[in-house]
Amino acid sequence: MKQKDGLIWSIASNVVMAILSLLALLPFLLLVMASFTDNQWATANGFSFFPGKFSTVAYQYISNQWSTIGRAYLMTVVVTVIGTAASLFVTAGFAYALASEILPGRRVLNFLCVFTMLFNGGLVASYYCWVSIFHVKDTLGALILPGLLMNAFNVILVKNYFRNSVPASLIEAARIDGAGEIRIYAKIVLPLSVPIIATIGLMTGIAYWNDWTNGLYYLTERNGRNFYTIQLVLNSINENINFLSANSNIAALGSMQLPSTTMRMAIAVVGILPVILAYPFFQKYFVKGITLGGVKE
Amino acid sequence: MSKTKKHRVRWKQVLPIYLLALPGIIYMICNNYFPMFGIVIAFKKLNFGKGIFASDWCGLQNFEFLFQSSTAFNIIRNTILYNVVFILLGNIVAIACAVFLNEVRNKVASRLYQSLILLPYLMSWVVVSYLGYAFLSADTGMINNSILKMFGLDPVNWYNTPKYWPFILTFVNLWKGTGYSMIIYFSSIVGISSDYYEAARIDGATKWQQIKNITLPLLKPTMITLLILSVGRIFNSDFGLFYQMTRNTGTLYDVTQTIDVYVYNALMKRSDYGMSSAASVFQSVVGFAMVMITNAVVRKKSSENALF
Repeated sequence: MKQKDGLIWSIASNVVMAILSLLALLPFLLLVMASFTDNQWATANGFSFFPGKFSTVAYQYISNQWSTIGRAYLMTVVVTVIGTAASLFVTAGFAYALASEILPGRRVLNFLCVFTMLFNGGLVASYYCWVSIFHVKDTLGALILPGLLMNAFNVILVKNYFRNSVPASLIEAARIDGAGEIRIYAKIVLPLSVPIIATIGLMTGIAYWNDWTNGLYYLTERNGRNFYTIQLVLNSINENINFLSANSNIAALGSMQLPSTTMRMAIAVVGILPVILAYPFFQKYFVKGITLGGVKE
Repeated sequence: MSKTKKHRVRWKQVLPIYLLALPGIIYMICNNYFPMFGIVIAFKKLNFGKGIFASDWCGLQNFEFLFQSSTAFNIIRNTILYNVVFILLGNIVAIACAVFLNEVRNKVASRLYQSLILLPYLMSWVVVSYLGYAFLSADTGMINNSILKMFGLDPVNWYNTPKYWPFILTFVNLWKGTGYSMIIYFSSIVGISSDYYEAARIDGATKWQQIKNITLPLLKPTMITLLILSVGRIFNSDFGLFYQMTRNTGTLYDVTQTIDVYVYNALMKRSDYGMSSAASVFQSVVGFAMVMITNAVVRKKSSENALF
């Protein structure tokens, strides 16, 4: 009886989970299938999981437009790398100050940090500050600085790790030996905190890779398109299917007709491919990052 | 110990710590505290040329305009109703998934399910809007061309028919977000001591009884934490979901425009600083009040679950 109960649950849970997994995966499958569909067939019969006619024209078209897309990829990588590195530098330094027991005023700093999680000036005020005071509009800074560089939540996570997982006796001993605080931070605290730094770095990196709002607010198509990341190119094509052809030299296009229906899908595939390929390698840390975010303290 | 030994602050020692914190402090001032003072924009007739401080005051005029318009009620209603549905359904589905996931004994299978269900969470909203378009496009969408045709139904112009969107947005929100909350609940289930289940098994409890009487009650702290966080953000909406998924289509605004989308459109498309700043400040102030109130209520009921 009890044996049977367990067996039923085991089967049922596997079935439910398998269905949900499939549900999560199906839209991506449709996207890939649509991107490999013949443009005319797709226009006539719509996107399908089982297209009647395959074609790779959409991808050929994209490879012809590689100057725009390749550049967007480069920008995405540049923004992600610079943004993540800067974010870790700023976050960990701030967290060390909050974790330090000898620092006068750390309670005030801690309060100021927590308060940013409770209250904010809203989009309009932020927009005004970044545009009129710091002049990030149409610069690389527009993609890196607003909002993403440091958040209170990560600071607190790192602070708690410094506090709980770096032995205080080790720091005390170094102080007695006459080591300065920066030396202690760089040579003792940071090397012992690699797990949390790596986890937060991954989450920040994903946030930068996926971000499209900063570009939407702070880059104009006229003057800022040189800084467009892959997400912003996708967003622009969403608004205007001719975005790619509008800025390429017509000669390179040759006689090729814009396979507009399937090209939309192909470019989305190109946009998500690196993330999907890398996913199995960072999946474990991604889950860890989410779990960290879900528990308080 | 450190308290009794408290002596004069040795500046030479602590100064470098301030130095380490300095970039963070500067960033926090620029990114978070400057905009807090920027709230005065809502009480001004903003003239970008003159700057905030030289612009003329206009008292509560911006708010009057905003709340006299029919949109104000509409966007607040949309924001709150969607959030209520998302909070309820989101948590129920996530808890159910976590419970099922916990019953999967095979480690490899369990890991695979987790990865796949989490995959949508990894995607940006721009990508999700492409996925949605593949299904919903009026001419070439999969639903119109395959599913509706199969049942002999007429194609639907999805992006122009508001009545379907509450369901579409709820579904998409679940599709993208379930993985995240499932992982959070799953990790708390894994943390439950196996002694409880051992004892229950010895007493002859069925799986369902174990779930009902052990797992669910012990998930309560996690539920409450997530609940406070989401109730505190009930005036905020996921800009990406409502902007990208709907492709910012005007005909759908009635049922899809939330405060965040309204602020964006007013600010960027219409350069209406008065209305957008009024809506944005309203959102921040009421949101702040919500966080404080929910936390106070929870602290009164069960102080160990309060956030601060």
